Amino acid sequence: MSEIAAPPNEASGPRRTLIERLRDNDLLASFLKSKVTVAAGIVTVILFAAALLAPWIAPTDPFNPATNYLSDSLDPPSFVAGGDPRFLLGTDDQGRDMLSAILYGLRVSLGIGLCSVALGAAIGVSLGLIAGYAGGWTDSAIMRIADVQLTFPAILIALLLDGVAHALLKPASRGESAFAVLVLSIGLSFWVQYARTVRASTMVEKNRDYVLAARLIGLSHARILISHILPNVMGPVLVIATINLALAVITEATLSFLGVGLPPTQPSLGTLIRIGQNYLFSGEWWIVTFPSLTLAALVLAVNLLGDWLRDALNPRLK
Amino acid sequence: MTGPLLSVLDLRVEFATRKGPLTALDGVAFDIAPGEVLGVVGESGAGKSLTGLAVIGLIDPPGRIAGGEIRLNGERIDNLPPARMRSIRGGRIGVIFQDPLTSLNPLMRIGDQLAETIQAHKRLGRRQAREQALAWLGEVGIPSPEKRIDGYPHEFSGGMRQRVVIALALCAEPELVIADEPTTALDVSVQAQIITLLKNLTRRHGAAVMLITHDMGVIAETADRVAVMYAGAIAEIGEVHEIIRHPLHPYTQGLMAAIPTLEARASRLAQIPGSMPRLSAIPRGCAFAPRCPRVFDRCAERPPLIAVGGRGAACWLYERGSGAADIRH
Amino acid sequence: MIAFILRRLVASVGVLIAVGLIAFVMFRYVGDPVNQMVGIETSAQERAELRHQLGLDQPVIVQAARFLLNAARFDFGVSYQFKQPVADLIGARMPATLELALVASILSLAAGVPMGVYAALRRDSALASLLQALSLIGISLPTFLIGILLIYLFAVVLRWLPSFGRGDVVRIGSWWTTGLLTVSGLKSLIMPSITLALFQMTLIMRLVRAEMLEVMRSDYIRFARARGLSERTVHFRHALKNTLVPVITVVGLQLGSIVAFSIITETVFAWPGMGQLFLQSIQNADIPIMAAYLLMIATLFVIINLVTDLIYVAVDPRLRVHINRA
Repeated sequence: MSEIAAPPNEASGPRRTLIERLRDNDLLASFLKSKVTVAAGIVTVILFAAALLAPWIAPTDPFNPATNYLSDSLDPPSFVAGGDPRFLLGTDDQGRDMLSAILYGLRVSLGIGLCSVALGAAIGVSLGLIAGYAGGWTDSAIMRIADVQLTFPAILIALLLDGVAHALLKPASRGESAFAVLVLSIGLSFWVQYARTVRASTMVEKNRDYVLAARLIGLSHARILISHILPNVMGPVLVIATINLALAVITEATLSFLGVGLPPTQPSLGTLIRIGQNYLFSGEWWIVTFPSLTLAALVLAVNLLGDWLRDALNPRLK
Repeated sequence: MTGPLLSVLDLRVEFATRKGPLTALDGVAFDIAPGEVLGVVGESGAGKSLTGLAVIGLIDPPGRIAGGEIRLNGERIDNLPPARMRSIRGGRIGVIFQDPLTSLNPLMRIGDQLAETIQAHKRLGRRQAREQALAWLGEVGIPSPEKRIDGYPHEFSGGMRQRVVIALALCAEPELVIADEPTTALDVSVQAQIITLLKNLTRRHGAAVMLITHDMGVIAETADRVAVMYAGAIAEIGEVHEIIRHPLHPYTQGLMAAIPTLEARASRLAQIPGSMPRLSAIPRGCAFAPRCPRVFDRCAERPPLIAVGGRGAACWLYERGSGAADIRH
Repeated sequence: MIAFILRRLVASVGVLIAVGLIAFVMFRYVGDPVNQMVGIETSAQERAELRHQLGLDQPVIVQAARFLLNAARFDFGVSYQFKQPVADLIGARMPATLELALVASILSLAAGVPMGVYAALRRDSALASLLQALSLIGISLPTFLIGILLIYLFAVVLRWLPSFGRGDVVRIGSWWTTGLLTVSGLKSLIMPSITLALFQMTLIMRLVRAEMLEVMRSDYIRFARARGLSERTVHFRHALKNTLVPVITVVGLQLGSIVAFSIITETVFAWPGMGQLFLQSIQNADIPIMAAYLLMIATLFVIINLVTDLIYVAVDPRLRVHINRA
């Protein structure tokens, strides 16, 4: 029998360096291929960093009443005629520095966004795992609730939960609890998508050999769910979470804009835009413009990243 | 006697990939005479379907025809403008794909799908087209065609659907029918019926057939000549019975030996060691060399299709004067 | 088939009752209805009388049943803030919202579907790439930002269009008012309807494009081409029809959410519709209005879902077999 000459291939070559492996990595390649995606990535990183470092890089603390003077209110940006050099982007009607307000607003917006995504994912993934694994009544019940909730747009649910929470809380404490209420409302309005996806994957996984083997050796259901099934169903969750982040930020901004989100004493970007709209006609354009641009940039960048991630992880488009 | 109906010369098909172009078909060449049935046989990935797609110009990007010629009755059809190519598809070359369920538009009645095909190639009014559609349904053996002509594809069984597909392929009266694995998706019991139907209909309407399949049994029953493909090129081509009885190319010999027979008693099925290389890993020289029991140093160079009698074999063993040819096995 | 419709109807009613019960719980237990309705000076005895009058001392089940029955007759109680029947308040504002929603829906369909088809068929053209980019913006930007942008451009800078209100309206019949018959009414309608439609429009466009690209890759399209059918036939007779079928479901559901998004648009443009009323009710903890709005939206959604399901079954013949067998 003649020797079969092995054709030269990657496995038999010398070990490649990390750089070479990164270069050949499909995911990284598709990321770098699109300039738009790279730009989106950079913008996202910048905005996240700005939000994180806000307390340290903001020129003033906009929430300290002692440092805000009403005489400074409604100053235009420093690069426009009549502007005060202390306030790069101008001041609002309370005399707060816009740049600082935007930085803190970004921080709070992203904070709520991330927390609500985490909450929604936690609830959704848990319920999805349980529904998929247990089947039967539990599954039907959970899915029925999910279906009912899905017939309504998330914003409506968030609004409703927000309203009920406000009605339940005393007016005085509404300001402090705004953050928690928003996280709860938005998070609860988004769990369904996670639950559905995870449930579908769980139903596939629970019949696989490794799960049957784990059951045979007597592992508890909880242990199987968490250590074995969960890691295998997490893939799509990441994509959903990225897209959800943009949606959560938009929802929070919308709620704040509508006046049922964060109050002016602790404004998010949405609240600032709400304030700014009142000054649109009287000429103080900067109060609405800069927060709008920041919000738009954040949401666009995160959405672009989410789009790329979804395409990159979709096996059918390869 | 005019020349061949279809003539494929040195066909090369490439796929553009990130790492450079990948050659999927390398120098495929064959003829089909009018009314002849040419079988194209080979493993999955050998390039059989791709050859059929190339002939009708339906290779999806990033694939493309990178070289060679395809001629229908002497005229080139591989470089035609889209409008001319459209009239050839269906009108002069008909196609049958593998899965009848997905080949038919699920939201459209089959009578309408037939009628629109007929009208696309012949100048007929709606009523006449519908009558012809009805006639074709009868010809392919659909019982009670008047009742079923307004049915939807999912209301038919697999075998019935493939009959409809055959009707669709033939209703514009093409001269050549390319059948790409026409029975693979069907039940075994139905396969024989469909093949017989195809054979009879094409003979009745004088159409040649390019029958692509991996089932050697179907080829033996139906084809006049057969081309054996391997790794994107033709390994051997010739009359069906000669190739079955006296295969020349070592690959074909391996294939024939692997078919179990009722008489011979063997404890194990004969196998060709190794497997066909993937497109991206086709070795230089003869593609079959790594697995060939008769490989020798000439095989480091790619063999062309060498004429041996009335047949062709892409193997250096048959190079004139090589002395190593041994037709008996 | 009839069984299918009946089953869906029963399910819909079930959902409505479920939502109704949630609304009831809100109505009855969030805050105290009596305390909300009376002043501080009202004596305890008067409160007790009021409680009895409203039937608040009855068993919960009776109260729930009464609530649901009243709701079915469009009696939603009295608003805390305005001290008027909720039904009247909502009714006065409904035409404004419905008109806006309808115009926006038609706009989003009329623009979204053709753009999506174009983007799929000419996917390598410059216009298609532009549409894809713009659609990402349309889907990303929050509705209120778009509204503000439009206001800034067309009302502040160009001064072409009014930035708030509905303009002059004409009363039709005893209840409906329309802004479509006056110039100022039409002008006022332009920006809000575009704002409201934009999200839906881009959603539809992206969906149609994605579906059509998927359909164009299918075997039956390949077979249609292999039969020599013209590109026009392939695109519009085969691909388009098959594209629109799954799109119907999504579009149907989305159209319902236009009504929800109208809350935002009405706020931006000070449009005197139900959404504004609802928002005020949230800010002021006016539970009766909140409960009524919830029920109304639920009914609307349930109806839309039902109709969408029925249309889907009517259009896709494969489902009829499935249903008859099930």
